[in-house]
Amino acid sequence: MAVIINKWRELDRWFVVGAGLSVILALPVLAILFSYSHLSAELWRHLYDTTLSEYLTNSVLLTLGVGLGSMFLGVALAWCVTQYTFWGRGFFEWALLLPLAMPAYIIAYTYTGMFDQFGWFDSRTLLGAIVLMSLVLYPYVYILAKTAFSSQQHTYQDAAASLGVTHARYFFKVALPIARPAVFTGMALAMMEALADYGTVAYFGISTFTTGIFRTWFGMGEMQLASQLAGALAVFVLLVLGLEKYSRRNMRFYQTQIPHQDMRVNTYTNTQSKPFLSPLLMSVFCLVVLAVAFIIPVFQLCIWAWEFAEVSVIDEYLSLVSNSFLLAFSTSVLIVALALLLSYAQRFSTHSQVSGLTQFAALGYAIPGTVLAIGVLQPLGWLDEQINVLWAFVFDEYIGLVFSGTFVALMFAYCVRFLSVALHNTQNGLERIKPNVDDAVLTLGLGRLRIFSRIHLPLLKKSILAAGILVFVDVLKELPATLILRPFNFNTLAVKAFEYATDERLLAAALPSVTIVLVGIIPVILLTRAMK
Amino acid sequence: MKKLAVALALSLLSPLSLPSMALANDNVVEAELNIYSARKEVLIKPLLDKFSEQYNVKINLVTGKADALLARAKSEGQFSPVDIIITTDVGRLARAKSQSLTQPMTAMLPEFVTLKDQDNHWVALTTRNRPILINPLTVDSNTITSYEDLIKPIFKGRVCIRSSSNIYNQSLVAAMIIQKGEEQALAWSKGLVENFARRPKGGDRDQIKALVSGVCDVAVANTYYLAAMRNADEASQAIANQVKVIWPNQSDRGVHLNISGIAIAKHAKNIHAANLLIETMLQKEAQYWYANTNYEYPVDPSIEWSGTLKAMGTFKHESIDLNQVGELNAQALRIMDKAGWR
Repeated sequence: MAVIINKWRELDRWFVVGAGLSVILALPVLAILFSYSHLSAELWRHLYDTTLSEYLTNSVLLTLGVGLGSMFLGVALAWCVTQYTFWGRGFFEWALLLPLAMPAYIIAYTYTGMFDQFGWFDSRTLLGAIVLMSLVLYPYVYILAKTAFSSQQHTYQDAAASLGVTHARYFFKVALPIARPAVFTGMALAMMEALADYGTVAYFGISTFTTGIFRTWFGMGEMQLASQLAGALAVFVLLVLGLEKYSRRNMRFYQTQIPHQDMRVNTYTNTQSKPFLSPLLMSVFCLVVLAVAFIIPVFQLCIWAWEFAEVSVIDEYLSLVSNSFLLAFSTSVLIVALALLLSYAQRFSTHSQVSGLTQFAALGYAIPGTVLAIGVLQPLGWLDEQINVLWAFVFDEYIGLVFSGTFVALMFAYCVRFLSVALHNTQNGLERIKPNVDDAVLTLGLGRLRIFSRIHLPLLKKSILAAGILVFVDVLKELPATLILRPFNFNTLAVKAFEYATDERLLAAALPSVTIVLVGIIPVILLTRAMK
Repeated sequence: MKKLAVALALSLLSPLSLPSMALANDNVVEAELNIYSARKEVLIKPLLDKFSEQYNVKINLVTGKADALLARAKSEGQFSPVDIIITTDVGRLARAKSQSLTQPMTAMLPEFVTLKDQDNHWVALTTRNRPILINPLTVDSNTITSYEDLIKPIFKGRVCIRSSSNIYNQSLVAAMIIQKGEEQALAWSKGLVENFARRPKGGDRDQIKALVSGVCDVAVANTYYLAAMRNADEASQAIANQVKVIWPNQSDRGVHLNISGIAIAKHAKNIHAANLLIETMLQKEAQYWYANTNYEYPVDPSIEWSGTLKAMGTFKHESIDLNQVGELNAQALRIMDKAGWR
């Protein structure tokens, strides 16, 4: 007995936690990759001969375009609001997060509908898709870059300024390289979302890898081949993420002191020299981005909703709102908790493999929701069958489905899909805390729980809140997995909006769409206030 | 271990041991009915609510994309709660049957029902047609009387149609394979791509809008969307009223026809209620609702069409084995891939 207890004490429990959770969360992706057990050369040949190159080209262009677009917008806006004082800065600081609440397919439908009225402009091109997606996905970069810029130390600025480095040069040579992990993380999230997008590209008639996946599945009835395509997508993303990590293998980015409370004390903007951008220009820039990405489409949706709304459906809407809100809230709490556990497992475990495992478990974000949902159904269906066989053996009756078709399946799918969003934020936050802080606390005889509650939590607060907001809004917007996995008689706002939109009733879709945006705004506002 | 094996064997057999009794008796229907529907909630709920009230059956509904719902039913296997599968095209019904996800229905089908599976695995509830639409200001309606006319050189750069990922286009080409052969279907698809006014994008309504805004002069779309636009907001009405319907191939095979249909799931537990629902859906009241609220063509010929449907005129439609249309779906897609129809 004592031996077992000793073994347990010696066992790296963080490794067990990290590896265990990762394996469970990786099951759907593994189920998808398992489709490679049956390869049809003939089908692949057909794809290769006809459409594959077009899928690849469009997907690569779209993903790169959205990555660059959201990087440019996110970094530029974050730099402005953290470094300068200009008209409306306090408002823009949180308002610029709002486009996050706008699902890409809804902004696509809205602008197409608006331009249709004039008839002379067609937004339904690859460039249109890149611009519209960048406009709603840049907040991923913005929120991370803002935290990174505002926690950079003023001593760097003082040093640079004293050496005669201009602010512009300081940005490119010092601030941006230090913020690189955060910026890349944001870009990766935006790019993965663009890669997995179906609604926008399908509506715009752009053949991408994702539309190809559904074409082979729905059109040809070849689910295996569709899963294989999705698996290839996931492996590609894994490679890119791995490459980026490898490229900064020898770099560490720590925050050695809590940043100065008053951000307005800025070595550069306080000097008498002219800033390299005029304050007025910055106000205009922020306003234009916010207007195009959020104010104009929301205004248009409100007009349509107002024209079309019927009072009789108000009860139904209240239940849709509460369904969507509760689901998004409880899921985001669960996912952030999981992300924290995994981040800590990575930090505390002596096994370096944990990092790779969590990376793999977080792959779900790059896989189209519908395919992922099927990946979730397979292991759960198997589990349900085993439970029923066992139950029948003991009690002589079946209990039916325990996981499939219940909230368990739905929330599991969300965890797999959105873990990445939360994990990137928590990992990023933790990475900035030097390990010697932990060592210092541990030598003082305090436990790891204390490290978390006394030292890490205050330092991580922003990252945790950011993770929470992003996951909340993502779940609120999520459509494909919800559509397949939801229990009987359970609808969300996104499902409602989708049903009208695919029936080509854009006006009727306006009310649920604008409600998604409004419900999404509430936590964004509350939490950004709390973050100050 | 032996007991476990027995339990396993029993668990596999259990659905078969369920009584597959003939016909639903109004008094003995089950208290619940679980439905997977590819038809949108607003387009089915009113009928289901009525059924629920009339027979005191609680309806549980999940809507979604047909193939995704079929995949769900498949992975749920023998414990799947689903009793009824509703789809909006025949291809999915044929696919459900071939994947052993359905069972023969025992409902008493009215005499007018001809659009059904030969083994009674599914039955059509409504029909949907896919004619040619033109802008009468720019196209002389005498120049276009068939799908084949769409590939004439005079229509080069003037044809709008949505993506070949769309199921209605897939079944259009599948039906063409059956009636004209694979080679001709490929030649037609290639010719159509040659005549495209633009890269396929948007839905059927977008093609109708494109006709009026001058992007193209000829389009292919389901009447269901045109009829809905003619009854929508003023702006949509103004557009839809400028478009003329051409019923193609009236002197030979007729306009392309698809159906929305219903099937009973293989592992259904509430078989009586399921059969009863099918019977109800084919009754006059439900058929009338489809034709007048939803602008689809009822399968019951005695139902009077709505004004909108009447205004579009009468027509002859294809008469082919619909199961075959479903089976040829994949081949149709490959042909469209080869033709460069995206």
